[in-house]
Amino acid sequence: MIWHKETTLPKVDLVVLPGGFSYGDYLRCGAIAAKSPIMKAVKNFYEIGGFIIGICNGFQILTETKILPGALIPNTNQKFICKDQDLIVANNKTFFTSNFEHNKTISIPIAHHDGQYFLNGPEIEELEQNEGIVLKYRDNPNGSIKDIAGVCSKNKRVIGMMPHPERAVDKELGSVSGLRMFESVLSNF
Amino acid sequence: MTLNEKVFKFKVEVILKKGVLDPQGEAIKQSININNLGNILDVKQGKLFELTASSKNREQAIKEVERICADLLTNSVIEEFTYYEVSE
Repeated sequence: MIWHKETTLPKVDLVVLPGGFSYGDYLRCGAIAAKSPIMKAVKNFYEIGGFIIGICNGFQILTETKILPGALIPNTNQKFICKDQDLIVANNKTFFTSNFEHNKTISIPIAHHDGQYFLNGPEIEELEQNEGIVLKYRDNPNGSIKDIAGVCSKNKRVIGMMPHPERAVDKELGSVSGLRMFESVLSNF
Repeated sequence: MTLNEKVFKFKVEVILKKGVLDPQGEAIKQSININNLGNILDVKQGKLFELTASSKNREQAIKEVERICADLLTNSVIEEFTYYEVSE
């Protein structure tokens, strides 16, 4: 665990920005955390080709730092949605999804109020062309454009997703799809 | 604040860009119409910030306000801003 006031990263293989409600979602979700001292080091890590995963608020922080394209805005129904969610693996050529078949349906919980992915016209086409859409919602719960639940950077080394893979790692909890994602990471190192 | 600095006050308005869904604005519009408060075609909800700056001159203060707006107060993917100086 690295404190947000740190300015350097130790030697790491992967940076994970977890979910939560940094700074109470003040201003915009992830906006103030994106200006934390440690985020300069995270941005440098991205620029030298480091692997990064942002989950939920972590995804929001990655878009606010412009490491990932787009923005996360409030769900269209203005409600906090907490439920298991079917997702489609739209790109299985990333280090986080390589253990899945292309277009496979997996189940991972979502828990967010600001999960509607937004990107304007030309940029969304560019994202599609670059195979930047990693996960899509089967039944879009929040109004995300193109049903987007997760995206990756151009170099495919940074992934951001609203669903919580760490909450789907045990059969007793309903799904092990999240475990498969972390296993993908291990098999790529 | 140092001796040669002055105080400048600004208001900053942030609003969603055209094409970004505004469910809060939509809900407010519906409430206006349901309650027969007026004939309103569209409502957009935004944010208002008051910034009190301490700068050596107005030009410097404006430069700082613009940087704050672009770097922090707005996300250019979804929002745009306007600002204006106000008296104390």
